[in-house]
Amino acid sequence: MALPLLAFLILFPLFIAFLVLFVRKEAFFAVIIYPAAVILIVATCFLLGLSAGGSPTLIAVHAGWVEPLMLVVEVLAAIYLLFLAIKQRDWTVSALVIIQTVVLLGFHFSRAGEVHTRAELFIDVFSVMMGLVVGIVGTLIAVFAVGYMRDMHHHQHEIPDGRRVFFSIIFLFLSAMFGVCFSNNLSWMFFFWEITTVCSFLMIRYKGDATSVKNAFWALRWNLLGGLAFLIGIIYLCLTHHTIELDKMLALPKAWVMLPVALFCFAGLTKSAQLPFSSWLVGAMVAPTPVSALLHSSTMVKAGVYIVLRLATSLEGTFVGLIVAFVGLITFLICSFICISQNDAKKVLAYSTIANLGLIILCAGIGSPQAVWAGMLLIVFHAVSKGLLFLCVGSIEHKLHSRQIEDMSGLIIRLPKLSVMLQIGIAGMFLAPFGMLISKWAVLRAIVDFNPFFALFLIYGSTATLFFWVKWLGKVITVEKDYKNEETGISLDQWIPMGILTALTVLICGLFSPFANILIEPYIVALYGREVTLGAGNMLIMSIMLTFIALFPLTFLPTRGVKMAKPYLGGANVGDGRQFRDSLGGVKPMHMKNFYMEEYFSETRLMRLGVIVTTVFLAAMLAAGGM
Amino acid sequence: MSWITGLAFVFFAPFVGGLIAGFDRKITARLQGRIGPPILQPFYDVGKLLQKDNLVVRRSQHLYTEFFFVLTIFTGALFFAGGDLLLVIFSLAMAGVFFALGGYKASSPYSFIGAQREVLQMVSYEPAVLLAAVGMYMVTGSFKVSVIAAYPKPLVMLLPGIFFAFFFILPVKFRKSPFDLSTSHHAHQEIVKGITTEISGKTLALVEIAHWYEYVFVLGMGYLFFASNIWLGLVMTFVIFELLLVVDNSTARVRWQAMMASSWIVALVAGGLNILYLMLRH
Amino acid sequence: MGMLSKSPWVIHYDGSSCNGCDIEVLAALMPRFDVERFGVVNTGNPKHADILLLTGSINEQNKPVVLNIYEQMPNPKVVLAVGICATSGGIFRECYNVLGGADKVLPVDVYVPGCAVRPEAIIDAVVKGVGILEQKRAAMLAAQKA
Repeated sequence: MALPLLAFLILFPLFIAFLVLFVRKEAFFAVIIYPAAVILIVATCFLLGLSAGGSPTLIAVHAGWVEPLMLVVEVLAAIYLLFLAIKQRDWTVSALVIIQTVVLLGFHFSRAGEVHTRAELFIDVFSVMMGLVVGIVGTLIAVFAVGYMRDMHHHQHEIPDGRRVFFSIIFLFLSAMFGVCFSNNLSWMFFFWEITTVCSFLMIRYKGDATSVKNAFWALRWNLLGGLAFLIGIIYLCLTHHTIELDKMLALPKAWVMLPVALFCFAGLTKSAQLPFSSWLVGAMVAPTPVSALLHSSTMVKAGVYIVLRLATSLEGTFVGLIVAFVGLITFLICSFICISQNDAKKVLAYSTIANLGLIILCAGIGSPQAVWAGMLLIVFHAVSKGLLFLCVGSIEHKLHSRQIEDMSGLIIRLPKLSVMLQIGIAGMFLAPFGMLISKWAVLRAIVDFNPFFALFLIYGSTATLFFWVKWLGKVITVEKDYKNEETGISLDQWIPMGILTALTVLICGLFSPFANILIEPYIVALYGREVTLGAGNMLIMSIMLTFIALFPLTFLPTRGVKMAKPYLGGANVGDGRQFRDSLGGVKPMHMKNFYMEEYFSETRLMRLGVIVTTVFLAAMLAAGGM
Repeated sequence: MSWITGLAFVFFAPFVGGLIAGFDRKITARLQGRIGPPILQPFYDVGKLLQKDNLVVRRSQHLYTEFFFVLTIFTGALFFAGGDLLLVIFSLAMAGVFFALGGYKASSPYSFIGAQREVLQMVSYEPAVLLAAVGMYMVTGSFKVSVIAAYPKPLVMLLPGIFFAFFFILPVKFRKSPFDLSTSHHAHQEIVKGITTEISGKTLALVEIAHWYEYVFVLGMGYLFFASNIWLGLVMTFVIFELLLVVDNSTARVRWQAMMASSWIVALVAGGLNILYLMLRH
Repeated sequence: MGMLSKSPWVIHYDGSSCNGCDIEVLAALMPRFDVERFGVVNTGNPKHADILLLTGSINEQNKPVVLNIYEQMPNPKVVLAVGICATSGGIFRECYNVLGGADKVLPVDVYVPGCAVRPEAIIDAVVKGVGILEQKRAAMLAAQKA
């Protein structure tokens, strides 16, 4: 039963990707993509019905033609990338592509035949969970993209309309993501991994201007470097232990596999844009917003943390694990600090994404049951909330023609529905009792047992997150002028995905207990032989808190017993009360601007610091893995 | 401790807190060579506020403040019921966020500045409070307040640095000098009235009562450091409070930069050294 | 006595004056007279205040400000005109820009003559004002019932 479903999940998006290439009329995008999305979501839900357990169910694929086909695709992709890189005169990327292809070909034609693999695919609850994230959140974002791209091309004529290729890549990417989640054969995983890199590259350069192309190559460079590390890891594993299967590798004693594990972690760190590689993800924000939501926040970067989290058992208690945890922690701390000084909404989201991925990496590095439990929770909660936030910011940008947070004042009047969704998304990111906070709580408990000094960093980082989210939330509900409702022209295919994601943000929090029991607990039990829970009493308290929050909208029913007054402006109000008379008798409007503290939390300085520190530690990690 | 103490907190904390507030005003007046108001003055103030009109700038602005009130009670009740200390702190942060959002929602420049400073204050005290939880966990092996309170030795013996960091940020929670940036009590003023500028009447009364609850809750957290003996705990809680009044009356308000930097550095150095000590001890 | 009379919070506004009365207002807050004994607090914010304590005369420029502050005070509220300038305009009465005492723009409840006014008189005025506050509260309640 499992094999057909997995094959369907990987091949069906591929088929759709092929199909949209032939769309001639704009309206047909919707005709193909909506049903495809519904089918994909339904199919993903069937994953739950497979009753996958905590330990992997291995699935053998008896098809000898797959691997040669993959090799051909990889070589073709390499040739294409090389062509583009040479045209761009980006010699680093060209060199990386050549080296990678040579190594890959050399590996395949020398030793490939000697390795026998039992099972190419596998399924367990963790991969089911990832599959659900990709299938539901990813597909919803694809639906959103239909409306969003239509709007974008109607308003911005300078961008060449490449939507056929765009949607094709989106579905190609979804297919590859399913592949990454369910591959047991590491060379298969590598193939899908590289496909996501190529997709990311093509999407970042979608707009075609000089900045986009430059940032795309920058992203490609780091991802190729990570890919190369992945490949070397596979080769090393194959040469020393004669296996390229994930489950076999995890079963080997920790000390034997230190180098490949370190290399896979390196690849994971580049993919999930941890320091010192973070700059590529910030640059990737030039891509259209659905791309940022899909690839650079909800799913693709999660592939990086997914592989590291998979290796948690091999990392637990090792030096490599310590370094990985530390890199994640530093990334969390520094990127959270940087968020404070950012005014560009998308940049705040980008840095906070990197920060939260850092938290997951930290969990993986610690590798204790509680930490892995928290890491898995973070993956899901972050994907949903951050996906929602990106979509909201995208829609807001189209309405306001700006994505500066300072321009979002009075949003609650101007775009009421959108602003409510934005607020729920933000609350989901930091406020008790929403998911991210449950996870942060679990992380804190795990980290104190691991190394209390790490807790110190975590505490400061999470304090910073509190600061920048409240700041943003406050800006949205502050009303400076007499605003009008401008919420028109947002199409249904944008509303529905946002609505579902909003509902999911609240629902997962409410149904958190069963969710954790079904999708996380079995994995932890299978891996460590014991359970992790927050305690029934605490769950009750969480639900009480959620009830409070849920009651909040009710208070907006008409209220009695208050009288309206003008804001206090030193007694000098004039006009509608939002202007005042200054000392020279002129009339001035009031303005309210947020703190940004550029001089303390400067992006360039903090980045430089983070890059230096983490580079040193990563070098130590690779060296330690080699010894 | 159980839900009974939690319930007791809900019903009796305002009376205790109000008396503490009255006592505070009396002592402060005496320190300044004045006679000062009656001990029950805070209750009179609240009684009066309940009889006044409730003015708002924007509809639903007061709802945020009402939520702050409810969540503050919830936080304290959770603490006194012996709940998970981290959950208590998160709930406290949630209450603080609602209070700040009320200030933003009011859409007046003064309350906006007050709200921002309120957030800065939260950012200033959060590390020290979380560190206190971490330190207590390292000593007692549990985040549960009931377990921490039952520890046989006074925690302050093992957590002097963390206690210092905690004491350092107490003026923030008590809205006292030198850290009364967002709003302050009675005759002090802070950019008009900071975050409470646009709050009046019944809503302001709720803010006052919420502060009484906070008084009891925060002193309760201070009590935890001495909880091994109930009399020692009560006496030391009283001493902490007295010291706080001395600090309040002998310092001037600092700028927000100084508040944030000093509270973060104190938490980092004192708390960090303390944690190092605990790690080496094992 | 109700709660209103036990906690009168004052907002102090100085119109056009020599500042003599303002210094006396501050003197009333100082240790010698210590009006906080009676729960009087000098708030800087009309939205928290029960009593508008005006010193100095009203002129063209401060008229809208005084009105604005008065409007922003929640009911019930009383106005004290403290010092001769606030009651009638005082020595500034004949100035080209001066309208006169506070009663030219606001309904004044208590007049306190004096130049400068003595702190005892200010305290006395606040006590009178508090009585009026209670009356206004009773009137408000009656109006609500009706």
